[in-house]
Amino acid sequence: MDITVQEFKHCDMIAVKGRVDSSTAPQLAQALEAANDGGKYKLVVNMKDLEYMSSAGFRALLAAQRNSKRYNRGEVVLASVPERIREALELAGFTELFKTFDDPLQAVGHF
Amino acid sequence: MKSVQFAAKFEYLDEIRDFVGEIARGGGFSDKDVYNIQLATDEAASNIIEHAYENRSDGVLELSCGMKADTITIILIDYGESFDPSEIPLPDLKADLSDRKIGGLGIFLMRKLMDEVHYEPKPDKSNVLTMIKRKR
Repeated sequence: MDITVQEFKHCDMIAVKGRVDSSTAPQLAQALEAANDGGKYKLVVNMKDLEYMSSAGFRALLAAQRNSKRYNRGEVVLASVPERIREALELAGFTELFKTFDDPLQAVGHF
Repeated sequence: MKSVQFAAKFEYLDEIRDFVGEIARGGGFSDKDVYNIQLATDEAASNIIEHAYENRSDGVLELSCGMKADTITIILIDYGESFDPSEIPLPDLKADLSDRKIGGLGIFLMRKLMDEVHYEPKPDKSNVLTMIKRKR
């Protein structure tokens, strides 16, 4: 798994590449926490190059969403979610907890 | 049935997914089913590593997988704490963000993605988790 962070004027985009499972989810959680710790609460998670995500990744997203939405200071949105991952998120009832965008720049424009 | 043993560590989840993925793909499951079989197996193995072998670094995970007619069977055996998936409460998928529980999601996905999930603690201290999925 590979994570890159890109700063925009009104939000940060965290691009996640590869596979997120119990082994790699802590890195994703750390990246999201680091953004929150740096005062960034408006976050786009770009999943364009994500191949796989287990519930360990879902939990990292949920924790970040809770922290980001606190005091209405921001939110985590998802962009370019691959079909298989979207289906699993849907099954887990997570699609109601995150706004999703087909295009990462459309997600950036949301903020 | 093909069998393989893994040290019960998260770093082997990639290989665990590859092992069942290859058999499912060879058995003619669709890409979507292969992904879901890999996800269910990952969730099962992750639960064993995290809960059955909590705080233990010498755990062993035995994984067997095979096709019979249009059915894939996946068996995971561990020698850790017994951990019956059916006793874990299902997550409330309608709960608000603040009430959303973190646990139970893996087991929920296993049950949703596979046709059958059975768990049996054996007298020899092993725990046998069997998951079955049929081609549609």
